[in-house]
Amino acid sequence: MPNNADKSLYQKHIPIVTRSVKGQFRTFKTAVMLLAYSVYFLLPWLPWQRVSAASQAILFDLTTRRFFIFDLIVYPQDIFWLAMLLFIAAALLFFVTGLVGRAWCGYFCFQTLWSDLFIQIEHLIQGERPARLRLKKQDWNLEKVFKISASHALMILVSLWTAITFACYFSYAPSFVTDFFSGTGTSGGYFAVLVLTVLTYMAGGVAREQICLYACPYARFQGVMYEADTLAVTYDIKRGEGLKGRTIPIQGLKTHEERVAAGHGDCIDCGFCVQVCPTGIDIRNGLQYQCISCGLCIDACDNIMDSVGYPRGLIRYDSERNMASETPHAPKVMWKRFKVIGYAGALLLMTSVLFYNIGTRSDTEVNVQQVRQPLFVLLSDGRVRNRYQIHIVNKTETEQTYQVTVKHIPKDALDMGNIPEITVRAGKALAVNAKINLSYELAEKTHEFEFEITQVSTGEKMELETSFNSPREHD
Amino acid sequence: MSQDNKKVTTETTGHVWDEDLQELNNPLPRWWIWGFYITFAFALIYWLFYPAWPIANTYTKGVPGLNNVTYVATKVDGTQETKTTHWNMRSKLMVEMNELHKEQKPYFDKVAGKSFEDVSKDAELMQFVNSAGKTLFSDNCAPCHQAGGQGKVKFAPNLTDDYWQYGGTYENIQTTIVGGRHGVMPAFKAILSDAELTEVSHYVLSLSGEPHNAAAAKLGDAIFHGDKAGCYACHGVEAKGNIAMGSANLTDKIWLWPDVLGAKTPEAKLGEVKTLIYGGMDKGVMPVWETRLKPEQIKLLTVYVHDSLGGGK
Ligand code: SF4
Ligand code: SF4
Repeated sequence: MPNNADKSLYQKHIPIVTRSVKGQFRTFKTAVMLLAYSVYFLLPWLPWQRVSAASQAILFDLTTRRFFIFDLIVYPQDIFWLAMLLFIAAALLFFVTGLVGRAWCGYFCFQTLWSDLFIQIEHLIQGERPARLRLKKQDWNLEKVFKISASHALMILVSLWTAITFACYFSYAPSFVTDFFSGTGTSGGYFAVLVLTVLTYMAGGVAREQICLYACPYARFQGVMYEADTLAVTYDIKRGEGLKGRTIPIQGLKTHEERVAAGHGDCIDCGFCVQVCPTGIDIRNGLQYQCISCGLCIDACDNIMDSVGYPRGLIRYDSERNMASETPHAPKVMWKRFKVIGYAGALLLMTSVLFYNIGTRSDTEVNVQQVRQPLFVLLSDGRVRNRYQIHIVNKTETEQTYQVTVKHIPKDALDMGNIPEITVRAGKALAVNAKINLSYELAEKTHEFEFEITQVSTGEKMELETSFNSPREHD
Repeated sequence: MSQDNKKVTTETTGHVWDEDLQELNNPLPRWWIWGFYITFAFALIYWLFYPAWPIANTYTKGVPGLNNVTYVATKVDGTQETKTTHWNMRSKLMVEMNELHKEQKPYFDKVAGKSFEDVSKDAELMQFVNSAGKTLFSDNCAPCHQAGGQGKVKFAPNLTDDYWQYGGTYENIQTTIVGGRHGVMPAFKAILSDAELTEVSHYVLSLSGEPHNAAAAKLGDAIFHGDKAGCYACHGVEAKGNIAMGSANLTDKIWLWPDVLGAKTPEAKLGEVKTLIYGGMDKGVMPVWETRLKPEQIKLLTVYVHDSLGGGK
């Protein structure tokens, strides 16, 4: 039993300096990055014709509590759409992770995207991995000061623009940006941009893989969604190690055939897969919690295999079951599983419900609330009165006028006070008082009736069923 | 994990129990512990700015002047006073209240600047009247008139019905709130005999179609309109009351002081009315609000009572 009692309880952070790599996964990552960044950075600048708010295609207007998404306007009462959206996102994550592992982490996560971009900034200014390592080790001189500060300045600049863009989703982009740079913006705006800039720079420029290792909850619970059939980035240990283990291709161990004959595996121990890894692990040690499944080690290894003339795929997407099998097949997506199909079903169901809901939304929302204190009032002539509050939300882009009438009870039972017609401004809500007076005999018989709200401009009618209280139940 | 690691080595702390029970060493990153130390620094800075340490029956209030809160307080007599204190939750609340009042002010100004009718025609302003009125009413009026304005028999009139003892126009209601009211009915025990009390009670019940003895009511009619009791002097010849003095209309279905509707049997109804006439009533007191509420608050409450609660005329 080795005694390591003097081992430190804290781990020094060893910065990870990655080598760049070319290949199909790198290309895919770059494509995702380009798409994601163009959408993120350009979308707030897309104009859109609007009457009741700024002409911006995507605008989360917190002050008037409306979210504008192209022609869709989301009101606070639509909050359940958000609930559905979150459910859909969760089901999608479970579905994908069950099939191909942490694809979210490897290709789409913001942490990955921004870290990747910042690593590329370092690469641009400080050069390839050996140059960057040399720069790290060398004493501080003009070159080092310049290169290090230039790359961090660039990262901070990108972070700043990231933060400003984020804020632009919440206010009219052109005026936000001009106000911001002319010093006339709101303190809230400056504060939000400051916080977001610092967080972006810290997460993407400094902490990087530490976020995935120590901070991110998704990392942990995606891990438990792996099954034996899940495709994961895997090192083919049988092929790589052979009988006598991996070794460098010295004389006599150069070709595939020579190595097989000598009992060595195909891994030539070049370390490229380790050098490209953004989380700094060695995939040859098996699947590890740090692996974000970015596929860069696959690209690195494939390039090496090509150059030495061995078949590709020493590191590849494959499942645990297939790797352990005596008769492995070519790696394929194993989707015929209960869980996967279940998630797909839930995903489909919820998505259709959401789209149905959005598609059939109405321009007007009305509801009625009965005044319950008191439940009913006896009038001096013996009639019975119930009082109500009618709530009208005008979701159209123009001012609308509404009329209230009643059904199943006499027309003149309704008393709207001094407000016979209700005018509601675009995107606003209004609550008005309504009184219903019924003769005692009628009151005793009336349990329910309907308000009918008519939108004057279109003639559209909405019915609101409600109840009527009278002394009968209380005698 | 570093890039230099070639082999999987699971480090242990070296502690071994029960022969083979070992403790794995998964070291925390060094920067994490620095985050912990930063919280210490944060605490120290916090003490400078905020109340922190309890000392006997007081506490440290931070460095004086470093984190002050200034707000405007309204004293009981209505005068305002600017106060500055060290940071505390109450002063923060006051600041928030000041801001809210500032936001409310344009609406109150609008109410103050418009006629009652114009306020009641403005749907958006009425929405403000509904919500601000509800709060004002709950704070000031609800103890007697109840939360919904439904009143309480033998105590405070119902404000949601259409009967107004002192008149139900906006002006009447405003006058009532501004100056308060005091309703009195004299006792008749020394003036009328027991039989006469019974007869006049029958008459009163007959006016609103309650169960009564017609013969007795006829006799009661004479007493009501006779000069001995002189009921008509206040309640009017037609017994419809008089809003100038707040005498009740006896011909409608609404009862405040005798609980006629609550009484189940004709005898009990008669008893309610008779008791009131016998002993009189001196409880109809509504306080003066002029000195406690601002004019615009009274105006808003007037519209609230008239339109939102009910049956203003
Ligand atoms: S571990 Fe978390 S932060 Fe890292 S890539 Fe995955 S989801 Fe993103
Ligand atoms: S081990 Fe490979 S797939 Fe996993 S994070 Fe490192 S480079 Fe990416």
